[in-house]
Amino acid sequence: MKTTKKLERVTIRFAGDSGDGMQLTGTQFTRTTAMAKNDLSTVPDFPAEIRAPAGTLYGVSGFQIQFSSEMIHTPGDQADVLVAMNPAALKSGLRYLKKGGTIIVNTDAFTSRNLRMADFEDDPIDNGFLEGYEVFSVEMTRLTKDALEGLELTHKEKERCKNFFALGMIYWLYNRSIDPTLAWIEEKFHKKPVWVEANKRALRGGRNFADMTEIFTVNYEVPEAKIEPGIYRRITGNEALSLGLVAVSNKSDVEILYCSYPITPASDILQHVSNYKNYGVKSFQTEDEIAAIGAAIGASFAGNLGVTGTSGPGFALKAEFAGLAVICELPLLIVDVQRGGPSTGMPTKPEQTDLMQGMYGRNGEAPIPIIAADSPADCFQTVYDAARVAFQFMTPVLILSDAYLANGAEPWRIPDIDAIPEIKPNFAEPGKPYLPYERDDDSLARKWALPGMPGLEHRIGGLERQENTGNVSYDPENHMRMTEIRAEKIEKINDFVEGPELHGSEKGDVLVISWGSTYGTVRTAVEQLQRAGKEISYIHLRWLNPLPKVLDTHIKNFKEILIPEMNMGQLSQLIRSKYAIDAKGFNRVTGQPLVVAELKEAIENLL
Amino acid sequence: MADKVSSKPQKVNFGSDQDVRWCPGCGDYAILSQMKKVLPELGIPKEKIVFISGIGCNGRFPYYLSTYGFHTLHGRAPIVASGVKLANPELSVWIITGDGDSLSIGGNHLMHLIRRNMNVNVILINNQIYGLTKGQYSPTSPLGKVTKTTPYGSLDRPVNPLSLVLSAGATFVARTIDRDTKHMAQTFREAAAHNGCSFVEVFQNCNIFNDGAFQQLTDPKTKQEKLVYLQHGEPLVYGAEKDKGLRLNGFEAEHVDLANEQDRESLIVHDESQSSDVYSYMLSRMTENTELPTPVGVFRRISHDTYNENFLRQIDAVKQKKGKGNLKQLLISGDTWSVD
Repeated sequence: MKTTKKLERVTIRFAGDSGDGMQLTGTQFTRTTAMAKNDLSTVPDFPAEIRAPAGTLYGVSGFQIQFSSEMIHTPGDQADVLVAMNPAALKSGLRYLKKGGTIIVNTDAFTSRNLRMADFEDDPIDNGFLEGYEVFSVEMTRLTKDALEGLELTHKEKERCKNFFALGMIYWLYNRSIDPTLAWIEEKFHKKPVWVEANKRALRGGRNFADMTEIFTVNYEVPEAKIEPGIYRRITGNEALSLGLVAVSNKSDVEILYCSYPITPASDILQHVSNYKNYGVKSFQTEDEIAAIGAAIGASFAGNLGVTGTSGPGFALKAEFAGLAVICELPLLIVDVQRGGPSTGMPTKPEQTDLMQGMYGRNGEAPIPIIAADSPADCFQTVYDAARVAFQFMTPVLILSDAYLANGAEPWRIPDIDAIPEIKPNFAEPGKPYLPYERDDDSLARKWALPGMPGLEHRIGGLERQENTGNVSYDPENHMRMTEIRAEKIEKINDFVEGPELHGSEKGDVLVISWGSTYGTVRTAVEQLQRAGKEISYIHLRWLNPLPKVLDTHIKNFKEILIPEMNMGQLSQLIRSKYAIDAKGFNRVTGQPLVVAELKEAIENLL
Repeated sequence: MADKVSSKPQKVNFGSDQDVRWCPGCGDYAILSQMKKVLPELGIPKEKIVFISGIGCNGRFPYYLSTYGFHTLHGRAPIVASGVKLANPELSVWIITGDGDSLSIGGNHLMHLIRRNMNVNVILINNQIYGLTKGQYSPTSPLGKVTKTTPYGSLDRPVNPLSLVLSAGATFVARTIDRDTKHMAQTFREAAAHNGCSFVEVFQNCNIFNDGAFQQLTDPKTKQEKLVYLQHGEPLVYGAEKDKGLRLNGFEAEHVDLANEQDRESLIVHDESQSSDVYSYMLSRMTENTELPTPVGVFRRISHDTYNENFLRQIDAVKQKKGKGNLKQLLISGDTWSVD
């Protein structure tokens, strides 16, 4: 007799060889889960190696999803279920599995060679190594081959379908319909009918096996979440950012020139926007990182919005040009999809270690506004907000994303385009008197006169300029004044953008201040502690430069300030120095998102 | 968007109100002066001309013109110019650069600008020295050159700018000299007329840090023996009495005394439009053989697709095929589902 149990939330981690199709399996499960109206959050975890040798620990590719009947904000600290397609996946995946969790293994992959590759002396399935876990051993490879009998495929080809077999089992385990994936298979492989048949049979085979076998006695149901009505799609950070650029071009009526040099984890953006040529977004793959920002600046000078996307190492190379954009006061977007550093570091893993590079990584006093996205879908709004500021204030803006946001996915309620406000660039008007560095009283922004506009011919450059006229000037007082203006202009952004919200009571024991992709973890941890009656509030910053004015007030109302970051305390340093307070940090530089349980412990230690 | 209304081209003063601050006697004055002379002849309204420079003494060039101008970073003018051209292809874009700027720190961008055949004009002012930093050797300084950083002589093999750009696939390559103003003006005109990346090397005398570097090419007593003017369809003849010529010996040029008419028939007839770059490359190497005269004029001029035109063409083709993109539809594309 099989029974169904209700659960509020589940976290599953799929892990296998790079070639086992774990990302595809995870994505399909995500899609079906979204259609079943659970709230969800996912994170892929793949190696930097393109085709790592089969069976190795460093070749393991993982995909984690948390889904729930409640609103959730992280892909889960620890998995309830680990699907391990080989010994290496089991070994490396155990770190992410909670104590007593469920393991589903493909025993066919536990060959002596694979065991050796994963540094197992003998088979961990029967030697007590997995004691305390609930282990389901399934001969996935053999069962998949059986299901595919008669199809004109080689043994190797049949083996490749085992990820769909695994997916079929998980669908049964969580009471999911296999129909969306069946439809997807038909569309995806419609040119190769034998693969349609093979993958469908594998999927059905997995589902039927789980249903019939004595191994599984219980399956689970996660009820629908209360989700805001609307049309949804699954979106990664890099996709959302790319679509945000299309929206910017559409709403400002200014074409975008996206200039970039391929770099992990930002290359996707260049790939996406290269398909948007008919949407007012042009793309230019340049010879190097420096060229990418240089071409973007040239485009901005000539009346496009120049945008350049990169990651930390590339941003370092762009520093001199970023300074040129500051002194010239041109609208420009720089996207830094942060990754593990220093140097080449860990290209596929997230960190928040470029904040200081963004704040100070240029020669001279060269302030740049910085905005950070807080979730994959939020990258859309973030790039939009950044562009509004870039146009309004005639300034480069740094957008910080990271590898977790870039590749992580979540359901996105597609916004109503008509409700998004227009962007009005700050154009100069031909026929009116024009001084290139004359400023608006409120924003201190200069006007944008474009080559091609008659009568507004002017020269800009990297040399210090005289106030108003823009002529080259080495006058000491002028330089002081221009330095002040450039700084003051960035502070004025606070009058133009919405400040961050304080979540929780206005006074209390601990105020958690966070930024970027840690949002989900911070929110989850603080809300859990708030529910437990603790006097804790949090503010998640969107703009990091300028720091919002409200921070000044709130900081004084709490006994302790805790700043969790995936770095060694970069926002902490900024806040400590600006407000002269003894803010504490919770700092983890592991290349992994922060863990809710660890953060909760850090907060509780301050109580 | 950019104002598309443009005034009729007119004889206007292309000089700005800024004081020109180069050293007295600097070759840049002549270059600026010829540029100001040529620009009004091009029939391009002033607002559609953009001058972009890097760092070096010549980096100030844009400030001394009344067109749009951008004084950018060391070595980076070619890539900023590329961004300008891709943003607004209607602009006439000029890059002012130097031997240090484009052959050393910015070598990479120059190579890629040339290979893309972006329709811009590059004026590379070569004085074989770092002037703005006050007298260190440059990538075009000859071997053994004694400068402040090479008190015992330079060990660096110099780069040959024209060989470099020819190897990168240049479609218009020319050389001129600061002292020969008429030739320089004509070369600028030809560069402006070329649809594609025009590369002009200007030998320029830095009278402070490298005075006389090109003296043999400019001194009336020697220049006719040391220069050969390239003219399309004409034999390569030089000398005060036009009594010397150049003919091919294998893949090299060699000099011939034109004692009789027969010798004339063996001369190389200059053909700037050869599809192969072997010939123009050979001409570019002649500076390394002191026996041979230095060529000036247009080395190579061929017609080739430009990146900027193909860039627009591709966008137009996508628009033709898919129609103007609809943002609403784009956002709703992909895997969607609705929640009621």
